[in-house]
Amino acid sequence: MSTATTTATATGAGTSGVRSWKNPIILSVVALFCLVVFALGAPGNSVTFRLSEADDAIVLPAIVVSAPIIGWVCTLVMLALAVLAVGRTRAGVRTPTWVPAVFAVLFFIAFLTWVVGSARTPNVALYGLLAGSVTLAVPLIFGSLSGVLCERSGVVNIAIEGQLLFGAFAAAVAASLSGSAVVGLVAAAAAGVLVSLVLAVFSIRYVVNQVIVGVVLNVLVSGLTGFLFSAVLSEDSQRWNSPPRLPVIRIPFLADIPIIGPILFEQTVVGYLMYVAVAVVYVALYHSRWGLRTRAVGEHPKAADTLGVNVNRRRFMNVLLAGVVAGVGGSFFTLVAVSGFGKDMTAGQGYIALAALIFGRWNPIGAFFAALLFGFATNLSNVLSLLGTPVPDQFLRMLPYVVTVFAVAGLVGRSRAPGASGIPYIKG
Amino acid sequence: MSPQEENQVPPGPEASTAPTATTGPEAPTSEQTLLQRIMTGNALVAFLSVVLSLILGGLLIAVTDPAVGRASSYFFTRPQDTLGAAWSAASNAYIALFQGSVINVRGTTFTSVIYPLTQTLTVATPLICAGLGVALAFRAGLFNIGAQGQILIGATFAAWVGFTLHLPAGLHLLLVVLAGMVGGAVWAGLVGLLKARTGAHEVILTIMFNYIATNLVLYFLSTPAFQRPGSTNPISPQLDDTAVYPLLLGPAFRLHWGFVVAVVATVFVWWLLNRSTVGFELRAVGANPSAARTAGISVSKGYILAMAIAGALAGLAGVAQVSGTEQVLTSGVAASFGFDAITVALLGRSSPWGTFAAGILFGAFRAGGVTMQASTGTSIDIVLVVQSLIVLFIAAPPLVRALFRLPVPGAAGRGSTPRTPVSTGAAA
Repeated sequence: MSTATTTATATGAGTSGVRSWKNPIILSVVALFCLVVFALGAPGNSVTFRLSEADDAIVLPAIVVSAPIIGWVCTLVMLALAVLAVGRTRAGVRTPTWVPAVFAVLFFIAFLTWVVGSARTPNVALYGLLAGSVTLAVPLIFGSLSGVLCERSGVVNIAIEGQLLFGAFAAAVAASLSGSAVVGLVAAAAAGVLVSLVLAVFSIRYVVNQVIVGVVLNVLVSGLTGFLFSAVLSEDSQRWNSPPRLPVIRIPFLADIPIIGPILFEQTVVGYLMYVAVAVVYVALYHSRWGLRTRAVGEHPKAADTLGVNVNRRRFMNVLLAGVVAGVGGSFFTLVAVSGFGKDMTAGQGYIALAALIFGRWNPIGAFFAALLFGFATNLSNVLSLLGTPVPDQFLRMLPYVVTVFAVAGLVGRSRAPGASGIPYIKG
Repeated sequence: MSPQEENQVPPGPEASTAPTATTGPEAPTSEQTLLQRIMTGNALVAFLSVVLSLILGGLLIAVTDPAVGRASSYFFTRPQDTLGAAWSAASNAYIALFQGSVINVRGTTFTSVIYPLTQTLTVATPLICAGLGVALAFRAGLFNIGAQGQILIGATFAAWVGFTLHLPAGLHLLLVVLAGMVGGAVWAGLVGLLKARTGAHEVILTIMFNYIATNLVLYFLSTPAFQRPGSTNPISPQLDDTAVYPLLLGPAFRLHWGFVVAVVATVFVWWLLNRSTVGFELRAVGANPSAARTAGISVSKGYILAMAIAGALAGLAGVAQVSGTEQVLTSGVAASFGFDAITVALLGRSSPWGTFAAGILFGAFRAGGVTMQASTGTSIDIVLVVQSLIVLFIAAPPLVRALFRLPVPGAAGRGSTPRTPVSTGAAA
């Protein structure tokens, strides 16, 4: 894919050779857009960001800013950065990587100020906005970690949606029958593995196109859980579909830290597992023998095979492991978010997780932040629809998908899939 | 894989499949080869896949049936009760499915007897159109998961022309159909363009475009241009009488001229793929992009064109819904036809007439599923389970052959070597 991208840009850019005008052009267009909307179109009032509740242990004063000032300051700096990028490109020098990063942060601040300022009540609880984003991002993060494990070893995992949904279903049923949420958690992991097993058997053993298996598995799980839901669960929901919820474990003192306290130290087991999983997958993938071999199998299976790595066995194991991760993520829906299973309750979160994986460039940390961004967009649209905003709700909801389209099209950074992702390995 | 198969061609398949006794050694030689050809052919695998999926679906119905549950409590004293209840649960559901999709044997008039069949064809119409779109893109090497979004956008375009413009009969319908095709073509063509220009993966793009389309339609339906006057619900005005497909068999049936359009579309796709230069180029791009590029075929053009035609076909499915069955635009106008279309195209092995047949089969499942749900209370979700199982089995002929102990064409020992890592992986 990298060769395809480079040839495409080379032919597209014509005679300019290695010099790429993509970044400066995008930065300039976005900066001009900000000038029109966030600066010239800034609401005249001030915006309040509340940082803590009145009865918190540590109370921080609310941040009150003037919307036009923030809009103008951010826009002017963004314009300056765009000019800098244009100048650097003209001189044939690479634009430093901090330029787009700072640009993105400024855009984010300007957008948030503008959108909250334009609402009927320009007053938002920042701590709630952030904490809610993390909560919404939990299944996405598990899902995209599952994708990382699969794709890094060379198996495309479209079935994340199915893994999450089956995990949610199994967690609800097992926890209801046993009366223990922990049993539900284990059952969710097992259910994820089951979906993974089918994916692995069909795509590795029978060499069926991995995308086909993934898509079909999602339909299968949706149909199966939907059927069982109406045939069994809703017949006697007291027995089958009333799982106990996982308790929120609050770590004393640390949870009192403003803003980040509740995010990091006031979570359920699933929430803590999420942080652990991100860290473990990251360290294992980049700093362990297992990770090196997994990446080798995903990038160049033939080379790995030559050096004695059993490619298909490794892929098989990693796909199963991915099932554990996604299954646990699925339990979030029925053991944390709401108590009980609903038909098709994952509602495409698995596909957003896939998007987060790509936006995060197949890296666990990147996927983590991409999922957080998507969770934030969803939560923001929820919060803003309560505040009353000029931006139609639907546009905020499509934000993650539009961002992903830009990401895969290479307009926001460059994302390259593992070399052998989606290509079955046949020895010989 | 091919060298392996060449190496392992056995002297005769009899030696390897001796214990199965499916091909009797006493049969005459000429008949034996014919039998062998049938036994190893794809048609038999397809048929057995359908049978196997129906059996598994029947088991699922039986296991979840309350009467079976009651009888199984005294299984060891009277096992025949359990088995009888299981048989009647599954067979009643399937009989209802059949009566709802093919022929209603309890009907008193000719109309009521064949009404289910026309219902099947009505439901099959959008499935065939969208399925052709997926199949065509697949032949060009593109995995088009975006039929859902293309149907939605096509339906939106068609509906807008249908209720906003007021034109004479004939011309109006023609414009509606064209608008639907243009809508789908633009939406899918955008994906083709992004793929051709940036190398972004079409699977991700089409998934994202589905969500963007859903939100766009929801947004449109909240604007005055699309909303029914005096209503705040997300529903458009009724389409003009001049903008809807005339009924094909009179007012007693819901079957409309959209079905004829679907037949024409099938013929067109067959002609395009098998008899035209464009189709040859598309297939060349799909079979081997590098070779096609070497032969002077523009791969970029192929991607854009294939997606645009695929989108136009999915747009036809949108027209069939909005101008045939529903006659009004809602956010649910595409139902899940876009996703079912993928399974339809896979079942039809991406050939035009195969897709046509698969569309009718799945149309029958869907139409019959409604009747089944109404008369026996079996959830229509079982249809999703059966459909996805069919596609899974058809995608993995070795699995079906192993299950039914059929002779393997060419190589008999193909499965023996890779089986080992799979079984160890599954055990862990």
